[in-house]
Amino acid sequence: MSEQVGNTMGPDEGASPWVVAYLATSGLVFVLLMLFGSAMRAGQAGMHDMDAALFYEIMTAHGIGMIGISAVAGAAIMWHFLSRVVNLSVGIFKANLILFLAGVAMILGSIFLGKYHSAWTFLYPLPGQSMGMWTNGAAALFLSGVLVIGVGFLLLHLDIGRALIAHYGSVGRAMGWPQLFAGDKSELPPPVVVASGMATIANIVGLVAGATILIMLLINLYQPGFVINALFAKNLTYFFGHVFANVTIYMAVIAVYELLPRYTQRPWKTSKTFLLSWTASTVLVLIIYPHHLLMDMVTPTWMLAVGHIVGYFNTFPILVVTAFGSLMIVYKSGIKWDVPSRLLFFSLCGWAAGTMPAFIDGTISVNYVMHNTLWVPGHFHTYMMLGLVAMVFGFMSYLGKESPDEADSWLDRLAFGLFMIGGAGLVLIFLYSGKMSVVRRFAGYQPEWQGITGLAVWFALLTVAGSAIFVVKFLTRLGASTRDAPRVTQPKAVAV
Amino acid sequence: MTQQSIIWLISLVLMLGVLIVFSYIYLKSGGHRDDYTPLQVRAYAIRTVFFLVLLFVLVPTGLYLLTDLPYPDIDALESADRVVDVTGHQWRWEISETEFKTGQTVLFRVGSADVNHGFGIYDNNLRLVGQTQAMPGFINTMQHTFDRPGTYKVLCMEYCGTAHHGMISELVVSD
Repeated sequence: MSEQVGNTMGPDEGASPWVVAYLATSGLVFVLLMLFGSAMRAGQAGMHDMDAALFYEIMTAHGIGMIGISAVAGAAIMWHFLSRVVNLSVGIFKANLILFLAGVAMILGSIFLGKYHSAWTFLYPLPGQSMGMWTNGAAALFLSGVLVIGVGFLLLHLDIGRALIAHYGSVGRAMGWPQLFAGDKSELPPPVVVASGMATIANIVGLVAGATILIMLLINLYQPGFVINALFAKNLTYFFGHVFANVTIYMAVIAVYELLPRYTQRPWKTSKTFLLSWTASTVLVLIIYPHHLLMDMVTPTWMLAVGHIVGYFNTFPILVVTAFGSLMIVYKSGIKWDVPSRLLFFSLCGWAAGTMPAFIDGTISVNYVMHNTLWVPGHFHTYMMLGLVAMVFGFMSYLGKESPDEADSWLDRLAFGLFMIGGAGLVLIFLYSGKMSVVRRFAGYQPEWQGITGLAVWFALLTVAGSAIFVVKFLTRLGASTRDAPRVTQPKAVAV
Repeated sequence: MTQQSIIWLISLVLMLGVLIVFSYIYLKSGGHRDDYTPLQVRAYAIRTVFFLVLLFVLVPTGLYLLTDLPYPDIDALESADRVVDVTGHQWRWEISETEFKTGQTVLFRVGSADVNHGFGIYDNNLRLVGQTQAMPGFINTMQHTFDRPGTYKVLCMEYCGTAHHGMISELVVSD
């Protein structure tokens, strides 16, 4: 095997069985929850008669499930590559998946047996004020399930923090801060370490905020005299939600940093610009969340202005460093494309494209007429589905390759086409519906809104079909995924 | 052209721009493989220009847009033609006045008796003209000038439970 060029690259190692378990779980849950999403859109389009309570139950499962499973998939990618650099605990990694599955069982029980449907946001005081639609027990089961999942991820990030400190001396050193701010000339940490450091700092803070509001809500359920300030509760919920949801993509992008260099035989080097970009992202992801509160006029205006302007700055690291870096590494590289590399490359296109309607929505005057319309799922489905999910499927497809010479089958190409066309159609209809002021999280649509929603269902089903092919193929390649063997054909026509 | 149409067009152009750049590089990925170092030097120069363009376009735009906030002025209570109290309930709106004259500026004082709601006003064409959150324990203010007569709908913009989508009221504006 020829020597690989890149960041943490040694031989092309297969995934550990637990990484494969994470990915298999992720794939299956992604497809199931995509079906839930399609059913919701079909209900909104009036294509079938869906009871409102059932719609909101499915909506709650889809929302909390997608955030959780995106984190599981992102964690699998991060752990796979980071474990080649630092000494991570396999026990903690296993515990996180077990706690996740336990939390999922609790959440599914609360939703489909207990009829709980507060949306994933569980905004105070809705969990305890359902107008008799669910019991406090069902609410407590849901909140506890989310808490259990959060505990698992907190353990995982604490272990990553421990391992980074053991290897580098501090998390700051793993982020390259001495080189960035103190003139240290020592070797820069590789991208996987920097990205993992960022994810760990942000998620530990986010998870603690999330656990705080979850515990406050649990106390309030059984001690209603323990009244919570609704604005404070909303701040904690959106701080946690924003950080946790966004960190999923910062973990998953490690697959692009690590695998595109293998395909192009060009290194994705850490530079001071790269370090600065990730340090900026660490700060920005922690202070941007007030853009979820722009229509809460009682919030201090300076804080809302921070949410507005930080949204503009937040596009810089994504566009200038990561998206640009992928363009640079691919340009005239002689890369031999296959479905995994196409998914990884275009995942950054999805991420970058999704930031456009997102930062525009963070403009206060725009938010006034776009907040909580379908514009919002429009932008986050762009960077989560065409970004994060594409990264995950790209990684899964890569691991499942049996040899560098294995050509894409017609089924692989079909899956790629279905996923991309379906995904693009789905997000464009979301965004167009946002332009038409269609409200999100609505079980019953005005007749004027139903036509275009019907079209969205067909695009959603194309996406589901493409995703199902990727996942089924991965499930048939579990053995190959764990094998240490080359998977990438070297670029042709190399001129030295 | 409505504000929503402008937002949609700008977003489409930017997203299409991203797609075109990625597609161009995808198409230019094959063939001769340059020594990477000179290509990197050129790419870093382009990146610096790209960064500066973003800096000098995006940041001033973001700052400029902060000069036009939809939040009521501090003297809105005195300057408004009408002041209307709105309270969200699961699942209905309680609105102190629902009939207005064209051209009137109305200050809505919006709160909630139970959970979070969102007070959104839709015009005759079902286009959202403005919104604010309705939160228990707080009063958010929202100011709107009704330029056209018609029957406006009030929809709930924040998920509030099982009959959230049915929480609809009307405001009538006449000449």
